[in-house]
Parts: sequence; structure tokens; C-alpha cells
Amino acid sequence: MNIRLTGIVLGIVFVIFGLAASIAVGKSMVPLHTVIDAFTSFDGSREHLIIRTVRVPRALMAMMVGASLGMAGSIMQAISRNPLAGPEMLGSNYGAALLLVISMFVFGFTSSLIHMWAALLGAGLACLVVFMLGSLGRGGLTSIKLILAGATINMLLASMVQGILIFSEESLDEMRFWMAGSLTGGSMEMFVRVLPYMLVGMAGALVLSRQINLLSLGDEVAQGLGLKIGLMKTAALFIVMCLMGGSVAIAGPIGFIGLAVPHIVRFMVGLDYRWIIPYSALLGAGLLLLADIAARFIFPYQELPAGVVTAMAGAPFLIYLAQRREKR
Amino acid sequence: MSRFTLSASARLWPVIVVLIAANFIVLSMSIMIGEYPVPLSQAWKTVFGIGEPEYEFVVNQLRFPRSLVAFLVGCGLALSGAILQGITRNPLAAPGVIGINGGAALMAVTAIIALPSVPIALLPFIAFSGALGAAALTYFLAWRRGAAPMRLLLVGVGVGAASHAYITFWMTTRHVQNIKQAMIWLMGSTYGRTWDHFWPLLPWLLVLFPAALLMSRTLDILKLGDELSIGLGSSVERSRGLLLLISVSLAGASVAMAGTIGFIGLMGPHIARQLVGQTSRRLLSVSALVGGLIVMSADLLGRALLPPIEIPTGIITTAIGAPYLIYLLYRNRNRP
Repeated sequence: MNIRLTGIVLGIVFVIFGLAASIAVGKSMVPLHTVIDAFTSFDGSREHLIIRTVRVPRALMAMMVGASLGMAGSIMQAISRNPLAGPEMLGSNYGAALLLVISMFVFGFTSSLIHMWAALLGAGLACLVVFMLGSLGRGGLTSIKLILAGATINMLLASMVQGILIFSEESLDEMRFWMAGSLTGGSMEMFVRVLPYMLVGMAGALVLSRQINLLSLGDEVAQGLGLKIGLMKTAALFIVMCLMGGSVAIAGPIGFIGLAVPHIVRFMVGLDYRWIIPYSALLGAGLLLLADIAARFIFPYQELPAGVVTAMAGAPFLIYLAQRREKR
Repeated sequence: MSRFTLSASARLWPVIVVLIAANFIVLSMSIMIGEYPVPLSQAWKTVFGIGEPEYEFVVNQLRFPRSLVAFLVGCGLALSGAILQGITRNPLAAPGVIGINGGAALMAVTAIIALPSVPIALLPFIAFSGALGAAALTYFLAWRRGAAPMRLLLVGVGVGAASHAYITFWMTTRHVQNIKQAMIWLMGSTYGRTWDHFWPLLPWLLVLFPAALLMSRTLDILKLGDELSIGLGSSVERSRGLLLLISVSLAGASVAMAGTIGFIGLMGPHIARQLVGQTSRRLLSVSALVGGLIVMSADLLGRALLPPIEIPTGIITTAIGAPYLIYLLYRNRNRP
């Protein structure tokens, strides 16, 4: 018990360290006292402006997106009882991409705020469709039906996005960066508007962690222990929808954090989701902060999108998991 | 269920005859329809060199070879899917799943975007090497005293994901015009395919289709599961490896010629299963014909729907395939 609490404290320290590093480190290095000055005694200098308008929002977004992805991933793996389920299986990424492309290409909206709402709405709608398709028929929402529905809808949405992009070079030019998943595009204004959704999701996840724990034991057991599984699954998926919608709207599709983090966390704290969920949030936030810092340095003259960094690090991890899976 | 299988198996030959007829009709229409219409009376005459010379170029250089390439690509993908679904015992396994598409796409996109000076004629071979490389890597990484089907699929997903990470990397670093080319390749397109694509593709099918048919009994045994197949005296790993090689080569050759045309490896075998049942020998032949029919029709539709714009074949197949998959989900909704 105490060890786990200590872990939480360490996790918070890890995230704070990541935040500080993310603000201080980059093409121009900023000493930490300047960072504090930028907020306590703002003097309008270029350095202070960079800190207030670029570095701090980016670090905060990385933290919140990483935390959301970690939490959403652990919830998805709990309710689908499938260690390979990632939160992106609900279709949020391509749902967001599709509505974003439509708002750019068909309606010609250029405001980044409208783009953000389009992404949020698209992510939500796609989750809803996958969810409804997965609950058709006898037995309601089973994990296999959920995964099949997610894969199908994902493929359909992806090809619709690609189909539109082939005919619109401007949209393609904008979307290719968005689709890579990056933390450079967001502003503080966008962040503040999306934040409530993520906070609602996070609060919900923490409050319901006991019930999610039961869901992870399987439908029969959960039902036997008196859980209303239909209601709980709906609530859990609504939480994932909030978390994923929020992250996709500000950072685009960032892969593998949601898949990998719960595994590492289970290795650390065992199978109790009351611990897995907060740990996943902390580790997800820390890892995405680190990935975003690495993205600035891997190539000397060009920043990589953070999503490419997480995918390149995460794909080998996925293969490793698959190799280990049937060893028992 | 058993009655359905029985009646399904009784109607193999009628199904094959109808499918061949349908393929001929779509092929004829593909030759006739377009910006420069060719009358039916001239279409086949021109193919055999006794038509009027004014149709010669359009028919023999543009439409006929292109449709044949579409047909072969469809056959190859559907066959590959049918074999793969058999050896993995998973109805959702498709060539894309075990990393073949990812590998081919990775190499092709690298060539298109990063090395634009590479001649376009080399592209199929580059893509083919990528497909084989990815499949080999998948097989190698999934090997642990045997290549268990589930591990094969999961590792394949991982290899595919890694390839896509690199593709995304190229997509964000280079000029947008090249990226559009790469996107069209990724969607799968039969645009501008000629005899130069047909002749290299044909031998693969001519060799591998009979090879797959020869192994269809082995495939049936593998479908029963590893324990049972070993009990029946089958050397599971060797036959699985061989069938996998056939499947990968078919998919690799097809993807190399036309890009990653989606859903055929899934849709072809599923439709075939509904028509003639589970037995591999029947399933393979009918899958090939169904796959060819779908891709050839999609190619025709892509040209004919919004002229002069060409819709990539892959978009059409996905537009048909995804709803079909949703329908399958709906139909199976009461299965556990």
C-alpha cells in the first residue's frame, strides 16, 4: 500500500521533471529562473514570449494528452479484456480526421478553432458508432464484437479520409502533419477549451475505477458481484470518448502511448485498476513529455512529430508483447 | 448449417460458370466504356486483331491489358486471403494484417518520396521486395519453436504498424506533390497499368494457383487446429510455412503491381464461402474468380463514375468492402 503511494509521488515528480525539461529544453535553451520570471515579472522579451506562448502550452498539452491516452488505454484494456486493445480502436483518430478533412475541404473552414471542434465531434461520433455497432445482437457489448466493429469502422474512415485527400492538395498538405500526431499546432486557447472534456474523463475514470476493476474480471463475474455491466460499460466508453476526443482534438492521433503504458504499469503495480488508472495517467504524461522532447533532437535541422517518435518506439514494444503472449 | 454446406457444395460448377460469365461481361464492358466508346461488335474483334484499326490503340494498349491486370490482382489478393484465413484459422486475416501491405508500402513510398529519380518501371519490384521482406520478418519474429497462427497475426500487426510509422515520417518531411503520388499508390490504383505489368504478374498466378490447389487438402487439415493436424500425421510447420510462402508471394506480386487495394483479401473468400462452403479446393477457385470480378468491376466503376476524374480502384473496393464487413458483423451479431 505504502509502496504504491510512494510510486504515485515518484510519478508526480517524474511528470514535473518532464514538464520543466519540456519548457527549458529546445532549440534555444532557457534557464529555469527565466521560466519563472516569464510569469512573475514578464518583460515582453522574445525569450519570455516564447516561454509563455510556445513552450508552456506545449508542455501542458503533452502532459494532459499523455495522461488521457494512458488512462483511456487502461480502461479499454480492462473492458475489452484484451491486452492488445488500444484506445484508438474506438475509431476516434480517423473519425476526427474525417470531420477535419470535410471541414477543410468541403466547407473551406480555415480557423484552427473550428478544426478543433470538428476533430472533437468526429472523434465522439466515431466512438459512438463503433460502440453501437459493437452492442448489436444477443449478449450486448462483447469485447470481440467491439474490436471487430472498431477495426472495420477504422478501415472505412481511413479510406474515406485518403479518398478526399487525393483530390485536395491543400488539405493533404495540412493533414499530413496533423495525421502524424504532433504537439506543435495547438494554442493555449484551444487547450483551455478542450481541457474540460479531458478533466471530466479523468475524474470519471478515477471515480469509477472500482467498477472498472470488476469489469476487468469478465462479464459473468462482474454481474455476479452485482454490477450493472451494460450501464458500466456505457459509462466507461463515454469516459474513453471524452479522453480520446480531447487528445485527438489538440494533438492529432498519437499512437502506442495508450497501448504500451498500461502494460508497463501492470508490470509495476499488478492487476488492480484502482492503481493502474492513476499510474497510467502519470506514466503516460511523463512518456509523452519525453517523446516530445526527443522529437526536437533526433534530427538536427527538423523537428519530428511526436506521434512518429511514439510509434517508432512503440511498434517494437507491440511485437515484443505479441511474442510473449502465448508463452505461458 | 449442414444442409447449407451440402447444397453449397453441390453447386460448385454452376457457380464457377456464372462467375466466369460475369467476368467476361465486365471485361467486355471495360473494353467498351470510356471517353472513346468502342462498340460491342468491335471490342473482341479488336482484341483478336481483326477489328477496325481505329480501335486498336484504345483497346489493345489501354483498356484490355489494364482490365486483365485488375483481374489478376483481384485473383491474387483473394487467393492470398483465403489461404491466410485457413492457416491462421481467423476469418479476419487478410494480406494486410501480416505486414505484407505495410512492407510493400514502405518500400514503394520510400522510392516515390525519397528517391524520385528511381524509374517508375522499377516500382513493382521494389514493392515486391518490401512485401517479402516484411513477411519474412514477421515469420522470423513470430517463430518460437513453431509459428503459432495467433502470434503470426499479432506480430504482423506490429510489423505493419512499424512500417506505417516510417511512412508517416516520410510523409511529413518531403514535398507535397510526391506525397500525393505516394497516397494514390497507397490507396491502390490500376491507372495506367499495361502489358508491362500483366506479363510479370501472370507467371506468379499460373504457378501459385495450381500449387495452392495441390495443397488444398493440407490446408483443410491445418484448419482443424495444430493438435489435430499433428495427430493426423501432417508436418504442421512445414506445410504452414509453404502455404504462407504461397500466400505472401501472391499478395506481394499483386500489391507490387497495383498498390494496396483494400478488402479484397477479406471480401473474396467470404463471398466464396457463402457460395460454395468451406472446402479449400472449392473455396480457392471461387475466391479467385470473385476477387478478380470485384477488382475489375471496381476499376471500371472508378473510370466510369466521374469522368474525366479517375477514382482510385482501392477507394471503390473499400466503399463496397467496408459496408459488406459491417453487414457481416450485423449478420453474426448473435454469435458469442
